Amino acid sequence: MEISIIALPLLAAIISGFFGKFIGDRNSEILTSSLVTISAILSAIVFYEVINNQYQNNIIIATWINSGSLDVNWSMKIDSLSAVMLVVVTSVSSLVHIYSIGYMSHDPHKPRFMAYLSLFTFAMLMLVTSDNFIQLFFGWEGVGLCSYFLIGFWFKKDSANTAAIKAFVVNRVGDFGFALGIFLIFYLFGTVNYSEVFELVPTIINKDLIFLGIEVNAIDLICLLLFIGAMGKSAQILLHTWLPDAMEGPTPVSALIHAATMVTAGVFLVVRCSPIYEYSELTLNIITIVGMSTAFFAATIALVQTDIKKIIAYSTCSQLGYMFFAAGVGAYNVAMFHLFTHAFFKALLFLGSGSVIHAFKDEQDINNMGGVWKKLPYTYGLMLIGTLALTGFPFLSGFYSKDAILEFAYLRGNTTGYYAAGIGIFTAFLTAIYSWRLMFKTFHGKYNNKDIKIEETHESPIIMLIPLILLSVGAIFAGYIFKELFIGYDGVYNYWQDSVFFLKPLSVEHPPFWFLILTPILVILSIPISYYLFVKNKNLPERIANVNRPLYHFLLNKWYFDELYDTLFVKPSKNLGLFLWKFFDIKLIDRFGPDGISAFVKKCSLKANKFQSGFIYQYAFVMLLGFSALLTFLIVK
Amino acid sequence: MTEIGLGHYLTLGAVIFTIGIVGIFLNRKNIIVILMSIELILLAVNINLVSFSIFLNDLTGQVFTLFILTVAAAEAAIGLAIIVVYYRNSGTIRVEEIDKLKG
Repeated sequence: MEISIIALPLLAAIISGFFGKFIGDRNSEILTSSLVTISAILSAIVFYEVINNQYQNNIIIATWINSGSLDVNWSMKIDSLSAVMLVVVTSVSSLVHIYSIGYMSHDPHKPRFMAYLSLFTFAMLMLVTSDNFIQLFFGWEGVGLCSYFLIGFWFKKDSANTAAIKAFVVNRVGDFGFALGIFLIFYLFGTVNYSEVFELVPTIINKDLIFLGIEVNAIDLICLLLFIGAMGKSAQILLHTWLPDAMEGPTPVSALIHAATMVTAGVFLVVRCSPIYEYSELTLNIITIVGMSTAFFAATIALVQTDIKKIIAYSTCSQLGYMFFAAGVGAYNVAMFHLFTHAFFKALLFLGSGSVIHAFKDEQDINNMGGVWKKLPYTYGLMLIGTLALTGFPFLSGFYSKDAILEFAYLRGNTTGYYAAGIGIFTAFLTAIYSWRLMFKTFHGKYNNKDIKIEETHESPIIMLIPLILLSVGAIFAGYIFKELFIGYDGVYNYWQDSVFFLKPLSVEHPPFWFLILTPILVILSIPISYYLFVKNKNLPERIANVNRPLYHFLLNKWYFDELYDTLFVKPSKNLGLFLWKFFDIKLIDRFGPDGISAFVKKCSLKANKFQSGFIYQYAFVMLLGFSALLTFLIVK
Repeated sequence: MTEIGLGHYLTLGAVIFTIGIVGIFLNRKNIIVILMSIELILLAVNINLVSFSIFLNDLTGQVFTLFILTVAAAEAAIGLAIIVVYYRNSGTIRVEEIDKLKG
């Protein structure tokens, strides 16, 4: 049963990918959706078993590599951690599959799209259920590949192709660090299986290594390298540039891959490796700083963007930052809890925005929307739930997980913890503002679209609304229901067992009361504030933007990261490539290599050509000369 | 008046042979001339064979000559036939214009 959770999506991908033409569009849609849904149901059963019976298992499917001391299996490790991921991945994936049937109804390549979605699900499941770093890496690259396919799904659009390549290349940077980390693990421990590695970690705490001429602690180095991989995949600051561009893909893809599942792989990696990270104070602090910088910086950018999907993309980036700083302050279970709730409400927001885009016939600029909340009542209501959950409105799922992160950051008790909590609260406020800006500009105020009449906007078909409704149920209740399970304060029931490792137990104190109510108050206050700013008094935001023009442009241009990378890396490497091509290849290698030799041979043959005059008498003459010479030679000898 | 000896016959053969050879590659005009030159070369050889046969009292040489004449006749016939066909195809048998093998 467990294996079929993984096998069914792969089967769906193979059938729909290779035989989609034979079985038809409709059949491949039904097939992939139902197989992934079955897989989701099975995952739910496994999750239930894990909750109630502490079910744990490590199923070895096959031997993969067995060479010397390297021993790697294809395996399926089921424990508390992977069970959560199984549920998140398969349930969001099955809803996205169903949603895609409606969303992609006008697309000519449906079987291919469904096959990619299923293949992605398979790769993601391989990632989360592996019991060793190599299979993890396999899944890691697999999801990256599917992400590339799906971002570039509309391959006739240039921008989609460049975005796909950008995502792939930026991820290579992170993967390079990740691969080095795995090499180092194998070098130090002689094994890549989690259980063996984690057992051996305490034995090398004080070991130092020379890396790039600097002496560093081995554990710190491993953790840093792994974290670089996580940064790439989870779009943390410095390696985040690919995520907003990835919105070139179809919206269901953005919901599944670039919000709910793949981008959380980095968080999963850090939590999975908690037995290593716990021994590296340095890396944990770095993770906290990177996480909170990302949360803050992405939220500021989201404040001024006008593309509905880009706003949500930056919001995802920001929420991933929250998850990382939860992991960084050692609250791995809280990070997982936020990952869990975030998957629901962010997928809901993305699919909802897809519904809006669908209604406006592929319009994505929120300045060209507005006033349609009566026309799209279901989408509006569902987006509202998503927004409330995202901003952490009391008693919705985001409230529990985000507040828990801030509390644990505060309770960490060191300087980074306090900073992180402070910035976290401010970011939560920014999150609320940009989310409400999105809502108000999209659904309220005047109708601003000149191309489409308001009467022509229409509610999405039922097949797109059902997944939204299911997700909204998750967005409302996931936090409340699973709060005790994931981050139960009382410690009566330990869900995580030994899948998450704490060097010293998490603080069980409660932060002061003012701290607890600070964020909810800010979040609730933000609603009237944004209403005033973006509906009542629309001139005010413009005036603020006008007064702070440099700041506004700084944010609008995404902190100039793209331009910076362009000057720092892209242009120099392009110039280097041009130089190597034009000078090194053409002028040196080709000139004296293949081209030179062939030109020389050609010259010689042109000379030799001259002998072949074609006149019989000349041939005869030469024959005579030769014969005489031979004869003379024989006589003289 | 000196006696005509073997040397004279051989000289005649050599002269005819040389004329034949020179005829092949100094000739710029007609391919039939080349054919004739080849005949001359064969005849020069025949003269050699016959004269040696007489002076050595061995009939083998003369028998061989008769064979060569037969072969030469056949060869001339085939050669002329080829020339006729060639003329029909390309409209010329001028040696200078036959350079299809030119590289």
